Amino acid sequence: MGNYIPSTEDERAEMLKAIGISSTDELYSAVPSQMKVKKLNIPSGMAELTVDQKVRAMAAKNKVFGTIFRGAGAYNHYIPSIVKEVTGKEEFLTAYTPYQAEISQGILQNIFEYQTMICELTGMDVSNASVYDGASAAAEGVAMCVDRKRKKALVSAASNPMVIQTIKTYCFGSGTEVVLVPAKDGKTDMEALSGMIDQNTACVYLHQPSYFGQIEDCSQAAEIAHNAGAKLIMGVNPIAAIALKSARECGADVAVGEGQPLGMPLSFGGPYLGFMATTHDMMRKLPGRIVGETKDVDGKRAFVLTLQAREQHIRREKASSNICSNQALCAMTAAVYLTTMGTEGMEKVAELCYSKARYAAKEISAVKGFELVYTGDFFNEFVTKTPCGSEKLLAKLEENDILGGYPVEGGILWCVTEMNSKEQIDKLTALLKEVASCN
Amino acid sequence: MQLSFEKSRAGRGCSMMPACDVPVSEVPASLRRVTAARFPQMAEVDISRHYTELMKRTHGVNDGFYPLGSCTMKYNPKLNDEMAVLPGFTGIHPLQPEHTVQGCLEVLATLESYLDEITGMKAMTFQPAAGAHGEFTGLLLIKAYHESRGDVKRDKIIVPDTAHGTNPASSTMAGFKVISIPSNEDGCVDLDKLRSVVGEDTAGLMLTNPNTVGIFDKNILEITKIVHEAGGLNYYDGANLNAIMGIVRPGDMGFDVIHLNLHKTFSTPHGGGGPGSGAVGCKEDLAKFLPLYQAVKDGEGYAFRNAERSIGSVKEFYGNFGIVVRALCYCMVLGAEGIPETSTNAVLNANYLRVLLQDTYKIAFNNICMHEFVITMEDMKKEIGVSALDIAKALLDYGVHPPTIYFPLLVEEAMMYEPTETESKDTLDHVAEILKEIYAKAEADPASMHNCPLTTPVRRLDEVGAARNPVLKFAF
Repeated sequence: MGNYIPSTEDERAEMLKAIGISSTDELYSAVPSQMKVKKLNIPSGMAELTVDQKVRAMAAKNKVFGTIFRGAGAYNHYIPSIVKEVTGKEEFLTAYTPYQAEISQGILQNIFEYQTMICELTGMDVSNASVYDGASAAAEGVAMCVDRKRKKALVSAASNPMVIQTIKTYCFGSGTEVVLVPAKDGKTDMEALSGMIDQNTACVYLHQPSYFGQIEDCSQAAEIAHNAGAKLIMGVNPIAAIALKSARECGADVAVGEGQPLGMPLSFGGPYLGFMATTHDMMRKLPGRIVGETKDVDGKRAFVLTLQAREQHIRREKASSNICSNQALCAMTAAVYLTTMGTEGMEKVAELCYSKARYAAKEISAVKGFELVYTGDFFNEFVTKTPCGSEKLLAKLEENDILGGYPVEGGILWCVTEMNSKEQIDKLTALLKEVASCN
Repeated sequence: MQLSFEKSRAGRGCSMMPACDVPVSEVPASLRRVTAARFPQMAEVDISRHYTELMKRTHGVNDGFYPLGSCTMKYNPKLNDEMAVLPGFTGIHPLQPEHTVQGCLEVLATLESYLDEITGMKAMTFQPAAGAHGEFTGLLLIKAYHESRGDVKRDKIIVPDTAHGTNPASSTMAGFKVISIPSNEDGCVDLDKLRSVVGEDTAGLMLTNPNTVGIFDKNILEITKIVHEAGGLNYYDGANLNAIMGIVRPGDMGFDVIHLNLHKTFSTPHGGGGPGSGAVGCKEDLAKFLPLYQAVKDGEGYAFRNAERSIGSVKEFYGNFGIVVRALCYCMVLGAEGIPETSTNAVLNANYLRVLLQDTYKIAFNNICMHEFVITMEDMKKEIGVSALDIAKALLDYGVHPPTIYFPLLVEEAMMYEPTETESKDTLDHVAEILKEIYAKAEADPASMHNCPLTTPVRRLDEVGAARNPVLKFAF
């Protein structure tokens, strides 16, 4: 029924005439007739009104939880109104990669500002314009470090399982060996790492904080990696990064991370944002688009896609990555978010997450059967035991419009952000007491 | 214009966060960062104006004609954006229990069923986030397929020289060696060449059809047969699917695996370079290797299933879900009739613009084309020094986005036009006039062309300087 074709039937007839053919069938004379589709077996087109109603009905089949205590790779943070407004502007939405710099300064300058912000966040020298997400950023980070001699990546088992999974899949492609470094006490077992690292190790990957919320000693990991001639890739939670030692301060060679907490909604897992930054020494190994400052013929400051000699459209099969356009609007979202929050606002968010998580951990772990599994410092996620299995507990919380923590080995991984009020935490604790006592 | 960092003033800012309602805890000094991160400090009004200023220096599909070849810059219907940000989608945590995400699973499974039908594939994953990501994923399926049969010596992917640069780059990432084959004089696959390179080491062939010069390769069945008979698989790069939706299906042409660019063919906005979606479809034999988390019908509802010998994940979670919602809306509006109409009109528009320009510009392969065609500026460049780049830059002064230039590589001084179906005859007539005017100006005063553009916010840039002395962030 619907389409988005502006030409009228008369106009189409005129166009056919100008081309010198009598029907649109003749446009497809090169297609062997036995292959042609007679009719697609999908529903007929519908009016916008009908589609609106049908898709709203699909959305209504999902349950939006009023309270969320789940993270594990996707985080519920506040998104300022202006972030949604700015990133919804049609020009930003409907433009493509800024190949024509003269009419794309808006996008180019934004990426330049974004790159600066990611460098500030991580303390690194150079950031790219974005990659797909945190997991593929980690996998691309591994590819940056691998060379002819060093073809092994040591990946901490205390990393997010989806990130580990993605690194493994990328490495299946490139033929890179992936070895997991065991977790101990909810973080990377540094002693095991020291024993495993060798002359063939290209890099060590770990998360800050770990998947279990524990704050890692990344400086120690960097020292172990560097002593063996390997690189350290740090997967960074961008909110935690405001408070904790920066990737640069820890001695990381590559900092990557999932940028979703910087203004992107949960949205069932995407679109999210991968950020990547590195040292000046490794600049030319960084994959993806990079924007640089230059001047135009009149001497005016301007921005342009640069260092393209690294990229697939120049190097083809010799390029180190195939990545081209990816998540530009998400990078813009992160930039608007960080600009709106400012340094003070970001410090406040980090403080709220850290403080509320401590309060929640104290309250929850005081309930019998919900003791903390790990004793180290944590940022805004922590694991507790459960007295009676997670299923019953989570069902009880769901009845109360609460998405509880995520079941992991040994218990439940809770996440607390600035979105969780004291009241919500107290209500959660009260419900946990009910579950614990009925056991 | 100034950077946000230059507009920043100490003490300015927005207040977004409430006071802490629990006892404040401080990160111990031993764990704290020493150097604070510096972000702009701006009032909300100044932020709003900053981005409005940036917006005015950005050219989107909404600003005007955008015939960027191979990128399918069609109009992006607004309904789709509104549906993608319904709270019932944006508020859903990806790790919620299945019974609370039935609507999301329905979106994934429904779009998959439509796209399987449109492409002639058996199963599809939405995990890849972009076309290049889809290529990589599809090639890993091919790799897993051969390995599962113990056929481990198949380590070569054949790629025609007309291919996008991502094809060979993706092949390398997936661990293959690339065999590049030259095209014949009409821009299509040279069958003899293809026959001479296939063999026991052939893992597969990567092809776009129509190809990057806008021609439908009429030997397609022979091509895919040659590869199959050698034991290889055929990979379809969906970059040019907009020409043939509902007309002919890649699956029926003999392709085994395919990626789609939902941000091109299925109208989701390009976002200044993403987020997109590089959905990958495949035939039955390859489905058991697909990435994790396939949404499937399960009784009355839907569930996630993992393919039995999955290659794993290429990304977190289930892909760029918000893009999938948009593409689904688009398919629902178009339906069984609108899909082929869309392609037919994309091809009609391309041919009409080609014919309008053919007496002025030299068209490479000037026959009935598919959704795009290529002009070569080789002669003008040789005779009076005006290049494809010069013409592109001249277009900017008319508010028209230039076509793709210097691609495909086999055409010298190439300009690749893809008008898409969402442009009217009026627009095409108007743009043809502009292009003729530019041509006349170039002939009359070739030197002046090197100065274009004159009216844009900035003029031609020193790109060499940018690469030689990289300045990649603001110096505080």
